[in-house]
Amino acid sequence: MKTKKNNERISAALFMLPSFIGMIIFSLLPILISIFISLTDWNGLEKLSPATISKDFIGLRNYTDILSGTEFWNVLAHTLYFIVLYIPLVFIASLIIAEILFQARKGVGVLRVIYYIPVLTSWVAASLIWKWVLSPQYGAVNQILAAVGINGPNWLTDEIWAMPAIVLASVWKDMGFYGLFLLSGLNGIDNTYYEAARVDGANKAKIFFSITMPLLSPSLFFCLIMSLINAFQLFPQVMIMTEGGPNGATQVMVERIYTYGFKYFKMGYASAYSWLLFVIIFALTLLQLKGQKVWVHYES
Amino acid sequence: MSHKKALHTFFYYLLSVLVAVIVLIPFFWMISTSLKSKGAIMALPVQWIPKKPTLKAYKQVFTMFPFLRAILNSLFITVSYTLITILSSSMAAFAFTKIRFPFADKLFKVYLASMMIPTQVTLIPLFIIMNRLGLINTYPSVILPSLFKAFGIFMLVQQLRTIPNDFMEAARMDGAGLFKIYWKVIMPLCSSAIATLSITTFMDSWNDYLWPLVMLTDKSKMTLTLALNSLNGQYGTQYNVLMAGSLLSMLPIILVYIGAQRNFKHGMLEGGVKG
Repeated sequence: MKTKKNNERISAALFMLPSFIGMIIFSLLPILISIFISLTDWNGLEKLSPATISKDFIGLRNYTDILSGTEFWNVLAHTLYFIVLYIPLVFIASLIIAEILFQARKGVGVLRVIYYIPVLTSWVAASLIWKWVLSPQYGAVNQILAAVGINGPNWLTDEIWAMPAIVLASVWKDMGFYGLFLLSGLNGIDNTYYEAARVDGANKAKIFFSITMPLLSPSLFFCLIMSLINAFQLFPQVMIMTEGGPNGATQVMVERIYTYGFKYFKMGYASAYSWLLFVIIFALTLLQLKGQKVWVHYES
Repeated sequence: MSHKKALHTFFYYLLSVLVAVIVLIPFFWMISTSLKSKGAIMALPVQWIPKKPTLKAYKQVFTMFPFLRAILNSLFITVSYTLITILSSSMAAFAFTKIRFPFADKLFKVYLASMMIPTQVTLIPLFIIMNRLGLINTYPSVILPSLFKAFGIFMLVQQLRTIPNDFMEAARMDGAGLFKIYWKVIMPLCSSAIATLSITTFMDSWNDYLWPLVMLTDKSKMTLTLALNSLNGQYGTQYNVLMAGSLLSMLPIILVYIGAQRNFKHGMLEGGVKG
């Protein structure tokens, strides 16, 4: 009997081994190292060891430097600018997509694939495409605008329009994803609610606002948090479309982390930046866990 | 009434086609540009459909950059990454749900908690670790992180919990060992979850940018996304070539998606929230 138990433990250990090794090397160890590095002004070139860490130790100075400078707050402001434009647009677009697919009329299979192609496209390819589509002189967007008599802006080279340009590309890329997510939410709503409402003679708008929206709220809330977390992690589109420019107008957190870490080799400073990013994402995750319990209307 | 219905149908298709057109315009623009010559991309008035279509840009992609190599690199890395993710995650999920062992709950909590750490936090230290191990500019540097994918483990654990233990008991009665049960009983039973996880993992790995960008600097090791990135850096104005490369990089993933659609249930979302 005892050997059987031992055998089970050995098997369990073998089954756990790959992921456990992975967890130590790719998660736990880096987290610990990152905390230490963030407390140093290590230049990234010297060999890292406990000795270099204690030699370069500067306490919390990276954190206080970041928080007391103006750049970090500008970066947050850029992210906020992105969020304010992106969230409403992507929600409207994905609700429309979800509703189109939900009605499941003829041709819906083709539409589903079409709406999902941007999601399948890599951000690198999508950014290149949008950079060209938004070209002031030769791009499709300004051509179309010109056709209706609007003089399109210089998008990516204009400090005011660069972020909206990134928003446009991001909404286009993400709406299919959230659309299909919300579709699965719509599919989860029990049909009897709709039937009851129809019997009561409720009109379409009334049904949408008093049945669909509340019952869809768990999915909507989940999408909201997910899109906020993603908004703080903007990277490839910024890197390829603007590289943080023009004049720093699209600098965002991950772009800063990459630039400080791998262009200036200020590894400590970049690590401190990444922990500030963690704090924001952690707060959003907690909000999500709380929200799921309190705010959201659950079907019981 | 039927008049009203017809109007509804009309607006439904108007809206759905409008959205489809918005989605497709950039792709149309990409294809159209990729078929133009260097001069034609900057010709005014703009040609929506190229006047003299040419495949020159597609040839140039392969001469300006070892693009074929990049395709093969991407294929090799993505397939290995996906296989390892599936094996490692399913093994862990099997142990968590079907074998009793000490500290299982605590370990599972640690795994879950790790999902909260954004990859940007571990990026710099991992670069240092990989550098120490001499793995920078090698395939393993981008493949090995697949050993631990907390999300995959979490998703499969949820799936495996729905499989009654009777299956285990029955197999045990027949004298099957744990490895046999894992491979012959449990894996087939959660094949649809595994298919979903495979496709999302495949997509993520194929389209990944930040991680390979940091790890692979040697042209001969670069993945497709990095190939596009460096073409953009070197030939930033030759959009016909960039668009041809972009199109080529998209094709495999779209084929995989269409081929797998039967199994694909919008991946990430199973077990996420209940509406």
